[in-house]
Amino acid sequence: MADTTLEGPTGSDTLLKLVPKAEGKQSMKDFKSDQEVRWCPGCGDYAVLAAVQGFMPELGLAKENIVFVSGIGCSSRFPYYMNTYGMHSIHGRAPAIATGLASSRRDLSVWVVTGDGDALSIGGNHLIHALRRNVNLKILLFNNRIYGLTKGQYSPTSEVGKITKSTPMGSLDAPFNPVSLAIGAEASFVARTVDSDRKHLTEVLRQAADHNGTALVEIYQNCNIFNDGAFEVLKDKQQAEEAVIRLEHGAPIRFGTDGSKGVVRDPATGDLKVVAVTPENEADLLIHDSRAASPTTAFALSRLADPDTLHHTPIGVFRDVDRPVYDTLMADQLDTAIEQHGKGDLAALLAGGDTWTVVG
Amino acid sequence: MTSQVSSPAEQNDEADGAVVGGQRRPAAGGKDVRRVDRVIIRFAGDSGDGMQLTGDRFTSETATFGNDLSTLPNFPAEIRAPAGTLPGVSSFQLHFADHDILTPGDAPSVLVAMNPAALKANIGDVPRGAEVIVNTDEFTKRAMQKVGYETSPLEDGSLDGFQVHPVPLTTLTVEALKEFDLSRKDAGRSKNMFALGLLSWMYHRPTEGTERFLKTKFAKKPEIAAANIAAFRAGWNFGETTEDFAVSYEVAPAATAFPPGTYRNISGNLALSYGLIAAARQADLPLYLGSYPITPASDILHELSKHKNFGVRTFQAEDEIAGIGAALGAAFGGSLAVTTTSGPGVALKSETIGLAVSLELPLLIVDIQRGGPSTGLPTKTEQADLLQAMYGRNGEAPVPIVAPRTPADCFDVALEAARIAVTYRTPVFLLSDGYLANGSEPWRIPETDELPDLRTQFASGTNHTLDDGTEVFWPFKRDPGTLARPWAVPGTPGLEHRIGGIEKQDGTGNISYDPANHDFMVRTRQAKVDGIEVPDLEVDDANGDARLLVLGWGSTYGPITAAVRRLRAAGQSIAQAHLRHLNPFPRNLGEVLKRYDKVVIPEMNLGQLATLIRAEHLVDAVSYNQVNGMPFKAEQLATALKEAIDG
Repeated sequence: MADTTLEGPTGSDTLLKLVPKAEGKQSMKDFKSDQEVRWCPGCGDYAVLAAVQGFMPELGLAKENIVFVSGIGCSSRFPYYMNTYGMHSIHGRAPAIATGLASSRRDLSVWVVTGDGDALSIGGNHLIHALRRNVNLKILLFNNRIYGLTKGQYSPTSEVGKITKSTPMGSLDAPFNPVSLAIGAEASFVARTVDSDRKHLTEVLRQAADHNGTALVEIYQNCNIFNDGAFEVLKDKQQAEEAVIRLEHGAPIRFGTDGSKGVVRDPATGDLKVVAVTPENEADLLIHDSRAASPTTAFALSRLADPDTLHHTPIGVFRDVDRPVYDTLMADQLDTAIEQHGKGDLAALLAGGDTWTVVG
Repeated sequence: MTSQVSSPAEQNDEADGAVVGGQRRPAAGGKDVRRVDRVIIRFAGDSGDGMQLTGDRFTSETATFGNDLSTLPNFPAEIRAPAGTLPGVSSFQLHFADHDILTPGDAPSVLVAMNPAALKANIGDVPRGAEVIVNTDEFTKRAMQKVGYETSPLEDGSLDGFQVHPVPLTTLTVEALKEFDLSRKDAGRSKNMFALGLLSWMYHRPTEGTERFLKTKFAKKPEIAAANIAAFRAGWNFGETTEDFAVSYEVAPAATAFPPGTYRNISGNLALSYGLIAAARQADLPLYLGSYPITPASDILHELSKHKNFGVRTFQAEDEIAGIGAALGAAFGGSLAVTTTSGPGVALKSETIGLAVSLELPLLIVDIQRGGPSTGLPTKTEQADLLQAMYGRNGEAPVPIVAPRTPADCFDVALEAARIAVTYRTPVFLLSDGYLANGSEPWRIPETDELPDLRTQFASGTNHTLDDGTEVFWPFKRDPGTLARPWAVPGTPGLEHRIGGIEKQDGTGNISYDPANHDFMVRTRQAKVDGIEVPDLEVDDANGDARLLVLGWGSTYGPITAAVRRLRAAGQSIAQAHLRHLNPFPRNLGEVLKRYDKVVIPEMNLGQLATLIRAEHLVDAVSYNQVNGMPFKAEQLATALKEAIDG
């Protein structure tokens, strides 16, 4: 039950320790609910659902201590299909609701499932504040760069000039880059992955689950009805070689056929740029450090991608740093208050202040 | 600022306070001591003059002394409005008596005016014959011109009808503090304590509490504490020695007005905060507050944040929506969840309240009503959110509503709101208002074993057998008595389930678009709220022959009751009833209404309860309304009710 006494972990000890473990071995089947999945045939959401259901047994948490909270949109139906606790809430508010749950119940593993409209438009405020506070939430942001459930209006991640029902002459507003936004909002963990790359997606989920605090995982997800092929350049084997930059902590950032391209720091501006790798510049290649205290380089990496063509799109974990977790701090304050003042005594509280007695 | 002037000098309960008559006796030092049964004091000054603190201290002294009391703080929304202007005037009115009283009083028997603006803004409320203490130091030509005094009111005869005490408060304070190493400006800041000392002498208030308070408040600045105490004592001594104050007053403790017990003075917001902590304890649930700062509700956030050693979690959210969102999340997790706000915040929370209705989770929504619409009058009182609480959501989304009637009653109503929320698994509105929130009165401190048992059962196992014999958990299978659904909190093995804002199939809680199911669920949610058990409405019909019923809700209780007492004292028959439960109404309400030829409903709105009463009970209720940001005055209500009786 709701605890006020759980000891917070110290140092880099994982907060997952606070969540009870499953007694027996789990399988993917344990995480499938009895509800019929109702996304459009061919939707990228199926792949993400399968990846998450497939990954959960690896975590080995008691499934009654796992909660999926979502907002509104196609992806937000996700909780109905997970045989855990779940709440399908209202548009944009899932991070706020999950914050209340996570900060009052540290024995739960709380996941938020949201979309580009849900998280970045109507719920933008809650997203940035959850990231800033570093609440212990794992946020899966399904980005398909379109509004699906309302049938095809442009979204806050759509490219400029997007022709949709609401923008017949093209959309006017510049898109958000969710990774840049999250890093700017003080996120302690930011990653990007792709719905169709199950292996990569699972690896990112693994690292997100291990992270203490808010983990934002942007998942490029294909809407085959209203924005089909939006990420084709990242999926088509041939094109992807030139378009995708796979980030691995501690490794030089190289991509392209036979690693022919790489990322270096431009000594003149301090910014990052893509170069053809030569024996002369090979030693200058940037070594990816997702644990860097400063978010500057992670932010620069997030800016490499061209928002229109998606060329030079880094995927993987941009940033993964330890910093105080809101829920832990909140629980610590409760403990400190008890240490300082003793456990609350209602009678003493009510009788505080100046009193007088009327004798009958 | 109220623009109403009530009839002066009527020595009647709750009227106003021009002190007339009284028993005289000489005091030590040759000064007269006059015994009076009640007094109304108003401290008025600039926003920066510390009038609220002065009022609070005088109130505390008065409470300790054992008088019954009622207070009305009145201050501008601006933190520091331009000095010396009418909009910057802040005041604190206190009514205290040797008997049971119900309101902060219609009109002051003593006005303390710290500057020309304070005099100008308040003198209209003061009856002729009352005492007016003015700080003459502030009556400079420029200060008077700033508020439109062409000539000095202290000299032009315009105050002839009052007993004016011109006192150079600033000069006297600076003089009293000359031993301290303080600039003239800093020394002058203590003039409110000088005034408090003077008034404390005039009304024989105990002073130890104030001295103790000052020592604690300025514990880190002992020099400032000593200066304030010196100013306070100088004010007392000034009263004692100067000839201008020839008379002091005694108001005996209200010994017979109170049942035996231990008492303290308490404001509505403090009582409400304590009520929430008590409710969590009685429910054996952790308390979780999700809130965003808003006047006049923020004090509850502040207060609860002090009590983390009770396991209270307070979350200051990024906005009103996140405040209630976090609370709802905590409710899902098994906390006693609360969000606190005022009208504009309720508007923002509406969608989430609808979600809570749909999820059927316990949640308290505390609305400290203020003047509206929009930003309205943030620091003034109003009761105009009733229909918002009742109907302000999309779809059929019934929410129970309770309302406290006095500051101390906020404690009990918080417990009652929690009882309904936890028992029926529903969001509940608690409608307080700015007057109750900031006003204060004596409160008999309850014994903790007198408090209601609010414990509830979380679901712990399956609750349904399928046709094939399988035992399952159905999150929307209801208790047949209350129609409440099970509260199954995460962490409970075997009860994994999903809930959401989409319509749910009866029983299973699975998504359902079935027309008949939706119709059933809408009617069932309504029936659950309609079926909430609430106590019958009690009617006070002293003679039993009244033909007129005055019906109220919320903070109008004090003025209505005071008005009713007056009418009865004048030989009129009148019945009174006051609603604590506004949704659902007490079962006997219809029958009560039908007993009377006429029903009058005074409200600080344009007739919202009257609208509900007329709609539900087809009773031709008469509305009596005021929306000037101030509570009703007893005299005004008595007059209106008398006209209704005669009409």
